[in-house]
Amino acid sequence: MSNVYVIADNIITSLGFSTDENINGILNDKIGIVSAAPDNTLSNTPTALSLLNFDLLDERFLQILKKINRDLPVDSFTRLEKLFILSIHDALSKVDFNYQRKRVLLIISTTKGNIDLLEDRYKAKFNHKRLFLWELGRIIRDFFGFFNTPLIISNACISGVLAISIGSRWIQSGFCDYAIVSGGDIMSEFVVSGFQSFQALSPGPCRPYDIDRNGLTLGEGCGTLILSNHEQSRERPLIRVAGSAITNDANHISGPSRTGQELSFAINSSMKEAGCLSGDINYISAHGTATPFNDEMESKAIGLSKLTDVPLNSFKGYWGHTLGAAGIVESVTAVHSLTSNTLFRSAGFKALGVSEPLTVIAKHSTSDLNTCLKTASGFGGCNAAIIFQKI
Amino acid sequence: MQPLYFKRFEMDFSITGYCLISEKKVIVNDQLRFYQENFLNFANFIKSLYKLEEINYPKFYKMDSLSKLGFLASELVLKVSSIKKYREDELGVVLSNSSSSLDTDIVYQNTINDRFNYFPSPSVFVYTLPNIVIGEICIKFNIKGENAFLISETFNGRLICNYVNEMMEKNRVQACLCGWVEYLGDKFETLVMLVEKSGFIDKQSNLGYCPTPFTEQHLNQLLHRN
Repeated sequence: MSNVYVIADNIITSLGFSTDENINGILNDKIGIVSAAPDNTLSNTPTALSLLNFDLLDERFLQILKKINRDLPVDSFTRLEKLFILSIHDALSKVDFNYQRKRVLLIISTTKGNIDLLEDRYKAKFNHKRLFLWELGRIIRDFFGFFNTPLIISNACISGVLAISIGSRWIQSGFCDYAIVSGGDIMSEFVVSGFQSFQALSPGPCRPYDIDRNGLTLGEGCGTLILSNHEQSRERPLIRVAGSAITNDANHISGPSRTGQELSFAINSSMKEAGCLSGDINYISAHGTATPFNDEMESKAIGLSKLTDVPLNSFKGYWGHTLGAAGIVESVTAVHSLTSNTLFRSAGFKALGVSEPLTVIAKHSTSDLNTCLKTASGFGGCNAAIIFQKI
Repeated sequence: MQPLYFKRFEMDFSITGYCLISEKKVIVNDQLRFYQENFLNFANFIKSLYKLEEINYPKFYKMDSLSKLGFLASELVLKVSSIKKYREDELGVVLSNSSSSLDTDIVYQNTINDRFNYFPSPSVFVYTLPNIVIGEICIKFNIKGENAFLISETFNGRLICNYVNEMMEKNRVQACLCGWVEYLGDKFETLVMLVEKSGFIDKQSNLGYCPTPFTEQHLNQLLHRN
């Protein structure tokens, strides 16, 4: 079986517009979450959010248009479309291959796409068709001239991890040689009010696994990860996707499993496919939304899979829960943990507040890292686990 | 343009049961199960079908249209096909559609458009994700294996075949409910199939239905049959 390598990546969050800016932000303990949105267009009440600088995004987008000599008005693209294009463009600039050839597949992960176009203020500016996720995919495809129709995944908060998993599986099965996996979501009144109605939002920056955690923080962002069966990365050491699995709780559509058994199934199946045992896992990049029930369920799953001794973090304390981007931006940072042998601090964490004795990373540190487990869980009872491994 | 990813698989998989729901009629395993001469609207149609099939599942009334559709189609397939021989984690659900959860998205947006008439509800919001229908199906039939929701502009048999074939060939699942569940503005179309490994088909089940090869061509034929 051929290996599937991570050959390039990008992260765009409130911490910056490139993977390096984001990693440096984390190392310098920068928190991208603001205590309240600058205006009241997203929420009636003050809510902690992690927001992108869209003026800077427009500036960067104009630079790309100039560079490729495209005479298109910046406002002919929606905020989310520009975000995806910027992220994919940056990742593609790090590798040399003809991405317009046949055996390249674009995989898009998003939960809500251009949902902000339902708001009155954007309604008139764009065609109703832009609300369809396949149309979002078509616009991105046309911009870059990709050959194939993109594969669009919308599977709640596991979308990003699922998209990477499919990219890796489909390369191994011979459907394609390259998968450009990109995930993104933006903030809208729709999403913010919905999570508020669930009373799921924390008043301040979220605190995954902490005893005082009281809800999640929403964030907007985009991430891209390029997979290939060719060892093309300029970065060394090489990282491969070693295994993945998806499961369902079959318990509740908006609440996690009471036992964590199903996330544990996913973790165990992904380790089995990777050919490793719990003792081989050096680091866990967990989901960690900081809602009381989610983090507790994860701790039980990690306990069942005998991984409580493994250093673990959640990146959501830095840039919030970025929904369709989360699985990708957090996988990219996990991959950088492996390449740089660095364990990043789990922001917002002070004292353990879950029933299993998880080893939450309290300080940035260095350690020999070979194998990393990334997990995600979401509405609809879905769970995902994926293993990244150093070659 | 069709996506290129095309590959011949080494193993044979079969459609061992299916349910097609379109405006006016319901077909299960080649048999006309329900026909409504005067289609009024979806709510009326789906309620009549639910009652006719004598299903007793109170959660059904809380579901949005997309979930009702996917749930009922799965229920009708599994009424006549046994999946009891499989472990809960050997079963998967892979569904696709064109408009994601847009129908419910619009309903939800209308609850927040007016700041003076603002009533966002978690019971509506939760259905603004397309994979919630998968969650509902998994809960009802205790399915705990692989699951995914994919979006394509129109029904894409190749996409569904590729996705499920890869999972079955790699033994990620032993059987899978899969297909197309589309609902937007009272327009709908659903094809849910049970796919099993050809060597494992229970001869006693699926009375009167001959398993069909799980190929792109057969999927297109099933969706467009009258």
